[in-house]
Amino acid sequence: MTNNLVSVQNIAKSYDGKHPILKDINLELLAGQIVGLLGPSGAGKTTLVKCIMGMQSVDHGKIEVFDTPMPNRQVLGKIGYMAQSDALYDELTARENLIFFGNLLSVAKADLNKMIEHAAQVVNLTNDLDKPVSDYSGGMKRRLSVAIALLQSPHLLILDEPTVGIDPELRQQIWQELKQLKSENKSIIITTHVMEDAEQCDYLMLIRDGYAISQGTPSELKEKFGVDSIEEVFLSAGRDK
Amino acid sequence: MRLIALIKRVLTQMRRSPRTIGLMFIAPLFILSLMYVLLANNNTVNSYVGTYNLNHQIAENLETKHLKLSSTNSDRHIQKQMKDHNWIAFIDMSDRKNVEVTYQNSDLGKTQLVKNGLKASIMKLKSKDLVSNLKVSGQALKAQKQAILTQQKALKELAAHLPAPARAKMSKPTNKPKVTGKIVTPTDYKITSHYIYAGANATFFDQALPALVTFFVFFFVFLISGISLLSERTSGTLSRLLATPIRRSEIIFGYIIGYGIFAIIQTLLIVCFTVFVLNVHIVGNFWLVFLTNVLVAFVALTMGIFASTFAQNEFQMMQFIPLLVIPQVFFSGIIPLAGMAQWLQWIAHIMPMYYAGNTMINVITKGYLLSDVWLNLVILAAFGILFTLLNILGMRRFRQV
Ligand SMILES: Nc1ncnc2c1ncn2[C@@H]1O[C@H](COP(=O)(O)OP(=O)(O)O)[C@@H](O)[C@H]1O
Ligand SMILES: [Mg+2]
Repeated sequence: MTNNLVSVQNIAKSYDGKHPILKDINLELLAGQIVGLLGPSGAGKTTLVKCIMGMQSVDHGKIEVFDTPMPNRQVLGKIGYMAQSDALYDELTARENLIFFGNLLSVAKADLNKMIEHAAQVVNLTNDLDKPVSDYSGGMKRRLSVAIALLQSPHLLILDEPTVGIDPELRQQIWQELKQLKSENKSIIITTHVMEDAEQCDYLMLIRDGYAISQGTPSELKEKFGVDSIEEVFLSAGRDK
Repeated sequence: MRLIALIKRVLTQMRRSPRTIGLMFIAPLFILSLMYVLLANNNTVNSYVGTYNLNHQIAENLETKHLKLSSTNSDRHIQKQMKDHNWIAFIDMSDRKNVEVTYQNSDLGKTQLVKNGLKASIMKLKSKDLVSNLKVSGQALKAQKQAILTQQKALKELAAHLPAPARAKMSKPTNKPKVTGKIVTPTDYKITSHYIYAGANATFFDQALPALVTFFVFFFVFLISGISLLSERTSGTLSRLLATPIRRSEIIFGYIIGYGIFAIIQTLLIVCFTVFVLNVHIVGNFWLVFLTNVLVAFVALTMGIFASTFAQNEFQMMQFIPLLVIPQVFFSGIIPLAGMAQWLQWIAHIMPMYYAGNTMINVITKGYLLSDVWLNLVILAAFGILFTLLNILGMRRFRQV
């Protein structure tokens, strides 16, 4: 047994059997680590995340989460997930959305209210919990999606572009919470195409066209390419390919 | 727990979308009412019927507020006479026992009016004859009873004067009393019908309504369940749902039960409306009609969900309506199957509406019982179960486990 929460070994994935979307991806996630998947739109970040969750099959390679080969339905209950698009029920209030997902995760009724209050507080939605989601702005919907992912305080969080459409102040607040979770020995996978997010991660995987063009800690990467920012790392690494 | 959460959510969503509720509950009633007004209520205008040598008792019974008779002295050039006088039918009784009717038949409702009226008047006449016959035989019976009584009395008197063995030998009375009065043979009028337009089978409203009621149940449930699951998919919530430990089958069952509750309310509403507001007479059992439609709703629900997996957006879902839904109405019994080409008859048998429509027609208009239609109901249930299984399998596309 390893102490990896997530272990991705040599995976390859293609949707149509002809055009490969992911090629030869390897990734390890330790407890208390924040891993960032960085890449432009269309690079394959969401696909990789869905493969890790077992929602997409892989053509080649092996994925384990909590030492369990994926896909596995029960493991999904231990992952806090936020999809790239806001998957919310507009007709319901924010609270009803949270209760619904809490029930799907089999959170005990007695704990659910406390958890909802806490998650709402983190994303600053406490006062808007009883509004229907149809009245929410884009940023509020993103925050509610984050709250749903945080709901059952899972050991593993997988967040697909959580900072898109969120103002800088709130982005800071969310990062604070992620750091807080990390200090509680929880692990996080986050996808992003924003360089500011990348700087905050413990470990980065740079993806372009389905290839992991480079991976390592931010400082390792900067050292390796002899540059000062992750943005430059990305550009240099891209040139190499 | 997860299943209940899903059902609760579906119900809350439905309650909060008044348009969907309107489409499900108000629209079918509106269309049914419209059809009722358009197809059935056209008999308030006076219609005229030409007659030749019509039995005066039949004529008396036939004439109503909206149906006027005018007799003519010729049974020739009927079609021309009808055209000239704008008669909707011509009743010819030149031969006293045969009623020969020619219907204009461009308006099925009016043809039906005369047809039913004529049938009823002849029945009335027949039953009158029968009643008078009954009276006659009643008198005869009375006379017979009287005769027996008299005889018995005489015998008793006689027996009292006889020795015992002779008394034992005495047999029952054998002589028959004479029947008085005359029995009339009721005239068996034979009706022959001719149609100027279309044929005898065109009893449109009678046949169409039961089938159309069930078709509306099918149509609206199909539409709403299909579009709901589709928007669940396009909005990404389905994928989000599948990122929780929910079972694929739980999603399908949650949908079937959640929308099924609304479909059952809708079905009850439509059937009650048809019976109590539109006053459509159900010869068979009301609950059998209801049961049939609940099964239809089940099939529509599962078919709608199934179809939605092949659509990318609402418009593509609408494209299934002319493809999958409308054709079914033609096989639901509105058009008699017997007249169709063989291959069309085969197609009919793979359409749920064929079984539903025929069951509805047979129960509503002919009073068929559960024991007569159970096979159709089983087939409908089988369609529903088949699509349920296909839907659960189809969920594999979105998540492997
Ligand atoms: N369901 C799908 N079927 C076919 N192709 C897909 C599907 N989802 C994504 N793709 C393709 O895979 C590639 C990577 O997409 P995605 O993983 O969403 O990228 P990212 O999240 O990095 O923007 C894109 O070219 C996209 O068109
Ligand atoms: Mg993406």
